[in-house]
Amino acid sequence: MSMQSGGATIAIVDYGAGNLNSVKKAFDYLGAKIVVTPQPETVAAADKIVLPGVGHFSALSGLDNKGLRDAVLEGASAGKPFLGICLGMQWLFEGSDEAPEFAGAGFFKGRCQPFPSSVKSPHVGWNSLALRQSSRLLRNVAPESFVYYTHSFQAPVVAATAASTEYGTQFSAVVEQENIFGVQFHPEQSWTVGLLILKNFCEL
Amino acid sequence: MLTKRIIACLDMDGGRVVKGVQFVNLRDAGDPAECAAAHARDGADEIVLLDITATSGKRNTMLDVVSCTARCLFVPFTVGGGIRELSDAEAVFDAGADKIAINSAAVTDPTLIGKIAARFGSQAVVVAIDARRVKAGSGGFEVFVAGGRTPTGRDAIQWAREAADCGAGEILLTSMDRDGTKAGFDCELTQLVADAVSIPVIASGGAGSPQHFIDVFRDGRADAALAASIFHFGLENIGQLKRELQAANVTVRWPC
Repeated sequence: MSMQSGGATIAIVDYGAGNLNSVKKAFDYLGAKIVVTPQPETVAAADKIVLPGVGHFSALSGLDNKGLRDAVLEGASAGKPFLGICLGMQWLFEGSDEAPEFAGAGFFKGRCQPFPSSVKSPHVGWNSLALRQSSRLLRNVAPESFVYYTHSFQAPVVAATAASTEYGTQFSAVVEQENIFGVQFHPEQSWTVGLLILKNFCEL
Repeated sequence: MLTKRIIACLDMDGGRVVKGVQFVNLRDAGDPAECAAAHARDGADEIVLLDITATSGKRNTMLDVVSCTARCLFVPFTVGGGIRELSDAEAVFDAGADKIAINSAAVTDPTLIGKIAARFGSQAVVVAIDARRVKAGSGGFEVFVAGGRTPTGRDAIQWAREAADCGAGEILLTSMDRDGTKAGFDCELTQLVADAVSIPVIASGGAGSPQHFIDVFRDGRADAALAASIFHFGLENIGQLKRELQAANVTVRWPC
């Protein structure tokens, strides 16, 4: 896959919540100019921001602990392309019942909730994307493409939901609003579909 | 709808793939990175690398192998074999694994599960359980460690529940009775564990035909099935297996 985004720098925010290696590896493979950083100044200086994250929603408190929350919020509010992955996407909502004391960024209305008791949790494996509206992040992604999930909490479907997935309920798989993007699944573990989505983000 | 996963397993000894698949058009059928990439291209949903090297002196070789394999692999990648403590797990994650599998070490010290999960998330911790049917008395299934050779006297279903409570993200359940026999997965064992825990269960041991996969998904209620020798079934590749599963109404990721 070749890159056309020239010199745009992407900051992958390191706030201590794991899985940075996989995300970094995928962007490296795509030839993107990336910097993995825990430094607010470096995040502020980048052209685009990626917020990864796995594990418990409360791990996002690392953003506050390391003084990163402001840098991330300012970048997103200033119109820089912003991609939240897994926990990073859940943070875009008001919060999660997994850690009620910790507030999300509030770009999207609603809170993340557990899955209904009718299904096993966590939701682990490949599930399909139901495309709901045209999306820059999902350009050239075929309807019902499979992506890889591993999560116990899910974000509600909102007006900005570009794609949803069904598991006990319909939940937001992809949210997209102006420069703010979020994916619940792991594009870096979703084979060619995932790489295509990351490439689209690089080329915004 | 969530699909059933087909997981390709590579057994490694001293950095080389052993007892595995005979690929066509591979420069080196013993090279784990090439094998993993080939399986992913063929449609494997995940790759598992199990280090069965007897001597612990080859650990650095294994980390190099993990790095090389992970570099161009963009499906979930699990590494197991010889992970005894948190620092072992850290090294393996650093090298590029998405998940790690622990077996004997978890039986010896179940708190290890929680330690790794606290640092990397439960989704990254697979507890592998090797089990055999108990022939005497009231039956049941017993946990074995050390490559499935040493009995522990522990009940497999109970251990699976405990591992889940300790923070395991998934259970990789191998029937030592069926392993290598190509007589089919142990669906009874699989179903008992799948019904006992709310985390995903990966069935392993005994795959010999597409029907075995159909059975373990339907009767065994497995969420995923793992095999090392897919080609030995007279199948051309994983795609062919998945087409057969689809024909039997098993939801799988195909085409991909």
